[in-house]
Amino acid sequence: MTNLFTSIHSFFNPTYDWIPQVVNNSKHELEESYPNRYAGKLLLQTEISLEQSTFTHLLSANYFTAVTAIEKHLFGHRCRRCGNQTKRMFASFPCARCGTTHVYCRRCIEMGQITSCQPLYYWTGPTPVWKAQEKACQWVGELSRYQKKASERIAMTMKRGNDELLVWAVCGAGKTEMLFDGIGKSLKQGKRVCLATPRTDVVRELLPRFHTAFPSTIISGLYGGSEDKDGNGQLVLSTTHQLFRFAHAFDVVIIDEIDAFPFHAEPTLSFAANRAAKQDAARIYLTATPRKMQRQKVEAKKLKAVFVPVRFHGYPLPVPKLQMDFDLKSALKNYSPPKSFFSWYHKRVNRQRQLLIFVPTIKLAEEMVAKLANTLNLDKGDAIHHVHASDPDRAERVQQYRDKKFSILITTTILERGVTFPSVDVVVIDAGHVVFDEAALVQIAGRAGRSPNDPTGEVIFHHDGKTTAIVQAIKSIKKMNQRGRKL
Amino acid sequence: MHCLWCDQEIIPEVTWQYLLFPEPPRKICSNCERGLVLLAGKRCSSCSRVTDQGICNDCRRFENDSAWKNVLTFNKSIYSYNGLLQEMITKWKYRGDYQLREVFSYHFRDLFNQSFGKKQVVVVPIPLSEQRLLERGFNQAESLAQLLETPYQHLLTRIHGEKQSKKTRRERIESENPFQVLAQVSNPVVLIDDIYTTGTTLRHAARLLKDTGCPEVYSFTLARG
Repeated sequence: MTNLFTSIHSFFNPTYDWIPQVVNNSKHELEESYPNRYAGKLLLQTEISLEQSTFTHLLSANYFTAVTAIEKHLFGHRCRRCGNQTKRMFASFPCARCGTTHVYCRRCIEMGQITSCQPLYYWTGPTPVWKAQEKACQWVGELSRYQKKASERIAMTMKRGNDELLVWAVCGAGKTEMLFDGIGKSLKQGKRVCLATPRTDVVRELLPRFHTAFPSTIISGLYGGSEDKDGNGQLVLSTTHQLFRFAHAFDVVIIDEIDAFPFHAEPTLSFAANRAAKQDAARIYLTATPRKMQRQKVEAKKLKAVFVPVRFHGYPLPVPKLQMDFDLKSALKNYSPPKSFFSWYHKRVNRQRQLLIFVPTIKLAEEMVAKLANTLNLDKGDAIHHVHASDPDRAERVQQYRDKKFSILITTTILERGVTFPSVDVVVIDAGHVVFDEAALVQIAGRAGRSPNDPTGEVIFHHDGKTTAIVQAIKSIKKMNQRGRKL
Repeated sequence: MHCLWCDQEIIPEVTWQYLLFPEPPRKICSNCERGLVLLAGKRCSSCSRVTDQGICNDCRRFENDSAWKNVLTFNKSIYSYNGLLQEMITKWKYRGDYQLREVFSYHFRDLFNQSFGKKQVVVVPIPLSEQRLLERGFNQAESLAQLLETPYQHLLTRIHGEKQSKKTRRERIESENPFQVLAQVSNPVVLIDDIYTTGTTLRHAARLLKDTGCPEVYSFTLARG
């Protein structure tokens, strides 16, 4: 009976005790690079680039241990690689290798099929030793008073380990800089650090910044389509999806944008993030717009938190202006912005600023480019472009826009967070659409006024009826500004 | 039911007709289904390629070559090998998402019955070599043959060689016959495979079958590459 209860309980509460501990600690006759290459990862045999004979030897000497990839539960399965528990995402097939029919996970199949006759292999040899660095962090720059306070708390949590900290910092507070000190100290102690963020664009943007700040550290950048596939660095910058290969790998795990869409909506990602961290790891969560659950935890003092209510340049967050448009729906039918957009556009305060337009759907983003170019008499190829999630040239476009190669960018919510453009005005068309929830709107408004040279930017929400999300977003921005003033 | 490809939920439209004659649950949503293009219109009578010529140049070359003349009566393919189908086949065949075959089941069965339903045919899936089968875990042609109501037979074996998809047309045609016949048949045979690219693999198998006394060989494939 107790077995039954534990079985049911463990289906809903994933455990990580199946991850093997170190078995063979002898470094004798072992190639030096192996621990750094393989430790902390769950790999298929095809992902381990060793000769068959070498691999067999390492396996028989317990340097690798096979781990069953799919857990069987009373009413379902759990994939130990991606955390998938959804019934329809498991299927069975008659395996020609072993002649039995068995279950495989469909969710992470792009990373190679795992079944009961294809286990995952986990390194159970000596733990990797990273080169101690006297001065890992070469970043020079001033932190503001609030940044400094947060930075100290972060460094302390990282040092102590086995602890959690929520860093609640407004958009543009300079979160990355607040991490540098703590990360530098952790690297110096020989710890392995991971910064996971939900979006590919963010990893691409952060990578050069970290390379400059930590010039002597081996840094891996992992995202879909990245050249580095292994993630053998001491410091790993990764999208959350790329954490599916890691288990008990990191001493410090920093999760950026803990409230963002993929993290928020997919429980499998927090499964992966929790598994990637060692049992005694320090966990730092960054957010500008915590979800209700996190706020309640903070209020109940179940989660430690540090608050940074001011942007790094000290100016308040731009408060969005609401624009009610009765012609919004009919305008959107023609893929055009409402009339009031044009009257605002022709009287903009600062015409030097680039314009970032958020629309709810991909279709709208694509069609509006031609429409706007036409109405505003702009050259379509030169002045105005669009990006969305399935756009193959997305990274390039965003970089061109950042380099001010063109002036208007129409985007879906993919650019809502993480990316920084120095001087933009922000317009949201159809802000009442369901894709724009409170967090999204706060983040979008936070794209404006990021630079100390142009700390104010205009933010306009076009809507045809206020939604709770719009009202709450503005309320929360104003509240943060108020808290910032009080300090 | 969720779409096997994009995982969107499929909500069937409930009409009187649906209530009276409920359709079997669909495996793929209408959005993804639109991406799968059924071959239609004017096509090569020999290989299903879309062409105005009646019989396409490649097939004419085979028919003018005495070694290949009349080996394969005709090939019937279902889908055009477009980007979406390529992605699906990659995920299904190479990544091993076995269940994806169900996406094709309706058309596969329907078109088979239209083309061969009235004939007394024997269904033979193109085999994989032992080594490739272990590598892949399942034979894609066999898993397609299982979708049909007609039972299938293993009449062929394959000797291991380089992947067909890594070769040029010329290399494929000039390559040695990789198959061996296990048993004789006196009925017409329908060979099953996933993609018809140059038709060489299928013709190799067909020639062997014909040499051992099979009256006619057709092929039925998922895509015309």
